[in-house]
Amino acid sequence: MSRADRPADDARPVIELLGVSRTFPGPPPVEALRALDLQVRRGEHLAVIGPSGSGKSTLLHVLGCLDRPTAGDYLLDGIDVGGLPDRERTGLRGQRIGFVFQAFHLMAHRSVRENVEAAALYDGTPRTLRRERAEDAIARVGLSHRIDASPRTLSGGEQQRVAVARAILSRPSLLLADEPTGNLDTDNTDALLGLLEELCADGMTLVMVTHDDEVARRAGRRVRMVDGLLHEVA
Amino acid sequence: MREQRDRTPTAEPTSDRDLPRPRMGTRELVAEAVAGLLARPGRTLLTMLGTLLGIGALVATVGIAQSAGSQIVAQFDVLTLTEVTAQPRQAVVEERTLTTLPWDAEDRVGRLNGVRAAGTRATVEVGDQTVSAVPVRDPTGITDHQLDVVAASPGLFDAVVASFAHGRAFDRGHDERADPVVVLGPGPAERLGITRTGHQPAILLGDRRLVVIGILDDVQRSPDLRNAVIVPQELAREEFGLAAPEQLRVDTDLGATEVVAEQLALALDPEDPDRIEVSVPPSPGDVRSAVEADVDALFLVLGAVALLVGALGIANVTLVSVLERTSEIGVRRALGAARRHIAGQFLLESTALGFVGGVAGASLGVIVVVVVAIAQDWVPVLDAWVPLAAPLVGTFVGLAAGVYPALRAARLEPLAALRAEA
Repeated sequence: MSRADRPADDARPVIELLGVSRTFPGPPPVEALRALDLQVRRGEHLAVIGPSGSGKSTLLHVLGCLDRPTAGDYLLDGIDVGGLPDRERTGLRGQRIGFVFQAFHLMAHRSVRENVEAAALYDGTPRTLRRERAEDAIARVGLSHRIDASPRTLSGGEQQRVAVARAILSRPSLLLADEPTGNLDTDNTDALLGLLEELCADGMTLVMVTHDDEVARRAGRRVRMVDGLLHEVA
Repeated sequence: MREQRDRTPTAEPTSDRDLPRPRMGTRELVAEAVAGLLARPGRTLLTMLGTLLGIGALVATVGIAQSAGSQIVAQFDVLTLTEVTAQPRQAVVEERTLTTLPWDAEDRVGRLNGVRAAGTRATVEVGDQTVSAVPVRDPTGITDHQLDVVAASPGLFDAVVASFAHGRAFDRGHDERADPVVVLGPGPAERLGITRTGHQPAILLGDRRLVVIGILDDVQRSPDLRNAVIVPQELAREEFGLAAPEQLRVDTDLGATEVVAEQLALALDPEDPDRIEVSVPPSPGDVRSAVEADVDALFLVLGAVALLVGALGIANVTLVSVLERTSEIGVRRALGAARRHIAGQFLLESTALGFVGGVAGASLGVIVVVVVAIAQDWVPVLDAWVPLAAPLVGTFVGLAAGVYPALRAARLEPLAALRAEA
């Protein structure tokens, strides 16, 4: 899974946060992240737990270049992304980061295949390669038989698997998942986690926000967020 | 460099590194826009309807105006636009004619380039002489009629585009010999009860017996001849004391009126051409544009209003679509779509709507023009550039209508868009 142009250096962190803060001006001002330091290594599976409003989602958005820290540095694959212009951050999102959302966020009027292919629309991947990869990714999540179906006809578990297929299409080095099992039953949760663990074994880094302790327990490493501060959980 | 940074992590220079950039081919952009439109076919069709009707109205308007204009101009072309008349100029103060037309005016003018037919006419003063049919068929009815008598040279019938119901016009031989022959307009023929010329019916003009050799059907340029009794010029001169021809009528080749008019006066009065008054029709271009301008103005405004409504429809639906697809925009941005890709997709969708609406509208407009022309018994006329330009106009309308919604879409922050209801 690792990219050919990057050395498989496990010691080098994929994510490096140095005193990262994110303050929402308000009123009243909210300090969602308070001077966080965090390093996540390649292939690591990190679960972020904590009560609602503790800043878990904000952390994920900053990691995904969807939001900018108000202070501190964020290095992604060694690149300081905090000061990059929108275009470069967009490029990073498209080619190095995958997202799985709690609400799936699939395009209802497009087929499963089109939804998954959309992940490689904006990085210059040629059409044939895009189709090939989409088919691979859909096969990987076990939905080849529904490839031309509309997401509206799929169950919640199937929809989330489509979202995962979309997230891994561009072979991101970092997969960010925000409550990916929040809308799934136990069986589907189990299957999804098994899939994500497989991907981690391939060298992908996974950061998952969850409030489900069972789900968090399967992660190799857990951190708890409380009031914008991170605590390692043994 | 890396060792150093790993120990004291600092910002790495990123200016010229091979950072991934968002990239999207035109083909992908088009495919996404088309797929976006096809995803909701019903809405797409309804949205297109505005442009379709607007463009259709414009094309139909221009086409109907052009067909009507050509129809009117076609009549001008064969009648007015090839007609030149000449007569002696009247002295304003003395109400007196300064000169007369020569008896051989027809011959002099007939040789000129561009003249197809020429003929002179004059009113014959017959005093209280009446016209009656021979033999008298109805003793109880009125048999004597006061009728207009006109003297004509043989070429006049062609020059005023006369057609015959029966018989024929008198010819050069009749005229030179001052034969007692006559051509009747349809009005006098009916009043005198003469319906055929085969048995050589005769009428009496005063006490002179004249043989009817022709009955007119229609006279396109001199409707008054329909109610006249027409005798050869030479006969009028000998028998009724006609002093001179009063007016010369000339039928010219199309486009030759100006040239003919210039030579006419000189041919008729070489010594002082100014004594001849020559009238020519307005130029064809003026007539055509005047007619088309009248018809166009009103309907073009209606068409433009329809088009504006169509544009607002596209803008409105595209804007609604942006709001509705906010979550999709967020996902695309998260997946690496740059702002310009989002703007491009929505702009392309609205532009495609405008283009297809323009093509459909042009087709509709052409159909309307043809149907109206058939119903009016016209020849449908439509400049080729009109249906060809219509899709361009539609495209522009779609493009213009899409600008604001596309900018709105591009300005959405990915995070805010993702938070929107899916």
